[in-house]
Amino acid sequence: MGSGQQTPTRRQLLNAIGLMGGTAALYQMMTTFGHAAETRFDGPPNLSGARKGASVIVLGAGLAGMLAAYELEKAGYKVRILEYQNRPGGRNWSLYGGDTYTEMGGATQHVKFAKGNYLNPGPWRIPHHHRTLLHYCKAFGVALEPFIQFNHNAYVHTTEAFGGAPQRFRSLAADFEGNVAELLGKAVDQKALDTRLTPEDVDRLKEALRSWGMLDENMRYTKGLRSSSHRGFDLPPGGGVNGAPKPSDLFPFDEVLKSGVWAQMAFFMNDEFQTTMFQPVGGMGKIGEGFGRKVGHLITYNAKVTKLHQDRSGVTVSYTDVAKGGAAVEAKADYCVCTIPLSVLSQIENNLSEKKNAAIQAVPYSGQVKIGLEMRRRFWEEDADIYGGHSFTNQQIGLVSYPNNNFFQDGPAVLLGAFASGAGGFNLAGMTPEERIEVALKEGSVFHPESYRKEFLSGASVAWSRVPWAMGCCARWNEQTRRDHYQELVALEDRVVLAGEHASYVGCWMEGSLLSALDAITRLHKRALEA
Amino acid sequence: MRPALIATALMFAATPGLADEPGPGGSKPPVPKTGAEVYRMYCQACHMPDAKGAVGAAAFPALAANPRLGSPQYAMFVVENGKAGMPPFKTALTPEQEAMLITYLRTHFGNDYREPVSVADVEAMRKAAP
Repeated sequence: MGSGQQTPTRRQLLNAIGLMGGTAALYQMMTTFGHAAETRFDGPPNLSGARKGASVIVLGAGLAGMLAAYELEKAGYKVRILEYQNRPGGRNWSLYGGDTYTEMGGATQHVKFAKGNYLNPGPWRIPHHHRTLLHYCKAFGVALEPFIQFNHNAYVHTTEAFGGAPQRFRSLAADFEGNVAELLGKAVDQKALDTRLTPEDVDRLKEALRSWGMLDENMRYTKGLRSSSHRGFDLPPGGGVNGAPKPSDLFPFDEVLKSGVWAQMAFFMNDEFQTTMFQPVGGMGKIGEGFGRKVGHLITYNAKVTKLHQDRSGVTVSYTDVAKGGAAVEAKADYCVCTIPLSVLSQIENNLSEKKNAAIQAVPYSGQVKIGLEMRRRFWEEDADIYGGHSFTNQQIGLVSYPNNNFFQDGPAVLLGAFASGAGGFNLAGMTPEERIEVALKEGSVFHPESYRKEFLSGASVAWSRVPWAMGCCARWNEQTRRDHYQELVALEDRVVLAGEHASYVGCWMEGSLLSALDAITRLHKRALEA
Repeated sequence: MRPALIATALMFAATPGLADEPGPGGSKPPVPKTGAEVYRMYCQACHMPDAKGAVGAAAFPALAANPRLGSPQYAMFVVENGKAGMPPFKTALTPEQEAMLITYLRTHFGNDYREPVSVADVEAMRKAAP
């Protein structure tokens, strides 16, 4: 669209549509243009005009609870938060040197990491399209930095291929693509695709395969500078007399298939896992702290909720002080936003409806395990040219993930030595913290056998099954439970509404908890104004 | 391994809006071969090594000296389908592993229900409540 033409600019068009059809039409049109396609967030809710004296009690000072409290207080409500822990943030959390953590069962860990180093036990990466979270990070002064999600030079390991030797992702991915391109090229030549494609399409496809798969002039994927420029060289290009590169050998295709690298390739294509991703500077827990700065004055810590009761006059919440002990006390409010994880809420006495309780009881929780290992030096950078990103394995630890900050620094650094889920997660969770570290060292050594144990200083682990205030990692819905219970779970019931990642379709992400909170309080506010 | 890999791939294909997962590799933990090993691998994460459960913001129930284990059907049903926050283990456990686990639970930790639970019992339960 050149200047001087009479066609409206896109902005003018959007403005016009916005004026004519309101925000819904504008949103739809923006989606058509490819904007706003990946988020439901179009700004803070800007609630206002709460009835004088109206009050809300929020259960849980995780991100959902704190956002609900922040926006409701701004709208004019009298707000109070009850929190089981002695800190804000909920599952948004970092463990630093000097911290002490006691899990269910009583095992206590004293984290020994050097100053500034940390483990993010829960959330650790933020997709670029989780705009609610990004919005409030900016609004609350939480600095973000890149999270290195995709590193071609990290390793892929499986006990099922290459005799258990890890290989670089880029080499496996290049060989997978090269072989697929060659095979598809052969199918084209054998006219296997002629019914689907015009002759022009066939030509374009062959050119695409040649160029994407790094095929040679005969449409073959062969050892050479072309394939090596994707998969890596035996001797990389250099300067001067011996500057000429030497190409690398290709892997046998059957081993490439067995490596399962296609699963990693697909993983990185998932919209939650595409670059660019972010992390807070100084640890994920900085987000919880940022929210805490805004609503900390509303929070009662160490409050274990024992009963939730509503009637025509209001909501009564009973709680005990887990630090000081003593009998339960009552807190009253007109309304309640309950963000307690279902794993805990399912055991709290309440007078919500039978259907609501059936929904609360219907959702199982996952049990991931994260392990941080502090190493004396950054051998993955110094010896293996790996700067951030993940090396994947089919062992219990799942992966080793490298720190995304302080590159090239001397001194100790913490890598993520396990992100275990499924059977491996349960198995590691059932161990003592010392046993978990031993498994992490043993299995992680497959990537860095020379250094892994040698440079190890100390470790810390969090098994989400045993986290006292969550008793699980995240709500695990399936199609059946969504169909049978989701609408009932999120429905506002008289004076009580639930919020949290479990009340969203963005489960197990901070964005889900925030979107859920905004939706819940918007409905609650409407109800309160209509009352 | 292969069915597990394919199952993982299908799961990913069928599930838009993934949770924050470790990655796509699928893990290959040790395969438990006795009731005690199944318990150690899957159950003691929450119910603890002594099967006495634990207390936090809510509680994991004790399986030790638990009269509910007197009913093999109840034990099988809960293991297979989960209960509130507890996940279902129907797909994780083979009928053999589940039979060994429940037999083990019923005869350890202060439980004394001598009649073993058989593979046929588990298969019957899976047929009755798929």
